Amino acid sequence: MSTNITLLIVMGILFAVGIYLLLERSLTRVLLGIVVLGNGVNLLILSAGGRRGEAPLYKSALDAQEYSDPLPQALILTAIVITFAVTAFMLGIIYRSWVISRADVVADDDEDLRVSQQSTFDFEEDSPVPEDTTEFEGDESVPAGNTKEAGPSA
Amino acid sequence: MIDAPLSAVSFAPLAVALPIFGAALAFILRRKRRTQRAVTIGVLVVTLCLEAWMLATVWDGRTYSVTLGGWAPPFGISMVVDGFSAFMLVVSTIVSLAVLLYATSQGLADGDEDGPVSIFHPAYLILVAGVSNAFLAGDLFNLYVGFEILLTASYVLLTLGGTTARIRAGTTYVVVSVASSLLFLISIGMIYAAVGTVNMADLAVKLPQISEGTQTVLHVMLLVAFGIKAAVFPLSFWLPDSYPTAPAPVTAVFAGLLTKVGVYAIIRTETLLFPGNRLSDALMVVAGLTMLVGILGAVAQTDIKRMLSFTLTSHIGFLIFGVAVGNQLGLGATIYYVAHHIVVQTSLFLVAGLIERRAGTSNIDRLGSLAKLSPLLALLFFVPAMNLGGIPPFSGFLGKLGLVQGGAELGTPMAWVLVAVSLLTSLLTLLAVARIWNRAFWRDAEDASDPDPLLLVGVSAARGATYDIVADEPASRYSDRGNAALLPNGMLAMTAALVLVGVALTVFAGPLFDFSDRVAGQMLDEGNYIEAVLGAGEGQAR
Repeated sequence: MSTNITLLIVMGILFAVGIYLLLERSLTRVLLGIVVLGNGVNLLILSAGGRRGEAPLYKSALDAQEYSDPLPQALILTAIVITFAVTAFMLGIIYRSWVISRADVVADDDEDLRVSQQSTFDFEEDSPVPEDTTEFEGDESVPAGNTKEAGPSA
Repeated sequence: MIDAPLSAVSFAPLAVALPIFGAALAFILRRKRRTQRAVTIGVLVVTLCLEAWMLATVWDGRTYSVTLGGWAPPFGISMVVDGFSAFMLVVSTIVSLAVLLYATSQGLADGDEDGPVSIFHPAYLILVAGVSNAFLAGDLFNLYVGFEILLTASYVLLTLGGTTARIRAGTTYVVVSVASSLLFLISIGMIYAAVGTVNMADLAVKLPQISEGTQTVLHVMLLVAFGIKAAVFPLSFWLPDSYPTAPAPVTAVFAGLLTKVGVYAIIRTETLLFPGNRLSDALMVVAGLTMLVGILGAVAQTDIKRMLSFTLTSHIGFLIFGVAVGNQLGLGATIYYVAHHIVVQTSLFLVAGLIERRAGTSNIDRLGSLAKLSPLLALLFFVPAMNLGGIPPFSGFLGKLGLVQGGAELGTPMAWVLVAVSLLTSLLTLLAVARIWNRAFWRDAEDASDPDPLLLVGVSAARGATYDIVADEPASRYSDRGNAALLPNGMLAMTAALVLVGVALTVFAGPLFDFSDRVAGQMLDEGNYIEAVLGAGEGQAR
């Protein structure tokens, strides 16, 4: 299978740029990264179709070998439509995020921060169990005075 | 190919088409809420009947395929119905229907004016269509399209209302999902470049012919892409971050379905495209870490919904373990366990929604007295919680037993380590749900820190010799809406129905295990699938 080297180089650049942008914290850059990466993937699928040939419209004079492979093109069309829809939706989210918080960056999760900062000592579970609480009245090992207070506190 | 003349299987495309048309209709009817509700529920009921019929057709363990558009496979789009896909369809639609009715009841109780409910029903149906399409897909690209349909619908559902928290969670979720989809698309491009087809049956024939190294690369790329969707460690961190902020019914249906579609794709990859357990050791390591890291995260949480999200990722590890074991026993148990986990995890999230509604919060530090205030709610939590923890005789125990038996039959040191890890994880799961039980249900609300007034009012009302669960003082945002607004009967009924489905999985475990064992045996011989799609002769050609 022979492929177009220029397309491959462009594809590589698109992938590199896309992944770099995807790792940014600013949402618009992330979105641009997704768009660029999506185009890189489309080029990859196009290259997967093999060497170039005639447009795949039936001509009686042409041998089957002469056509280019139509399937990758169909796949790319679908992929373009999907990327388009997702891009539009993400723009909506980014705009909403801007309206709400005037920020274009991925925010931290408050609950995550709270959980990570909470004390490892849990009052309810880790407090030492008082020795003088028993529900068995007249237990020899427990002083009699304490048993009366030790019933289940209402 | 086996084209069953005019049997249920010929109607398989309708399982995708019906919800899509229903969504269009529901969107047109967005100003007429009652009609819209009726359309959505009606479509799901009809789809469920159709899928149950399909399941009855393939119950004996045969595989059928339907080819769309008159193009012969492997060029046309084929949909494949076998025991596994039909079973997943039926379970997923039962769960979707229950959650939809729960959400409807919630909307009825609150008045529909809050929030953009008009978009909820169409998006929900699109989600169901995407899930069905992914289960039925007979080629990789159609699987990709199915994933995209369900993901796009899930973006909308997750950010419903556009509040600060949901937008924050939504951006992470969307970016991670898009990245995984792009990775999946790259894999499809690579696979097409390597073997020149995307039809899964055709791939099963042709992939063994290419070099071992290329196969491994393609295999790993697919597993990583599906691993993100299935939330397998170390690709699972997006899940507990994004799920808990969504509305309760949305979280419930996501927890039940979305990750399981990823697991389904992993199972197909391991049994059909790359059989032979070449990566099973790596999968076992990943499965063990998924279980452990997930459950340790769950134990650290104080918010019920977040805790449940962590148990969700943790129990994905059990499924991956079953796939990695790869023998008939393990795979059969995995199929059973998927159904169990979908039902149980969804019911727990529905209960979490009810708890949040009853008590004004889902933070266990602030909860208490719920067992006294609503014994029914306590029961509805207790049964699926014990089920998740794997207490006999529930289906969680049976599924885990099956997995452990599968691991023991394999008998490698790695499998034994995994058996031990899975038992430890079950124990820690029990610890996590017992913490919720102790705090939210058993202790007095007075002992909680900063409890919602609703709980305290309820306690004093309950002490006054009546078990009326409705607070009669206007202490909260719900209590001015009249009686039974705190726990609407419809929401309780649908939660109870789903809990009962979970119990039914236990009661009918015998026939179900026979079925899943049969299906697993059939899936391990990929000749069945190939023959069903490409026609007789191809299957034996291997």
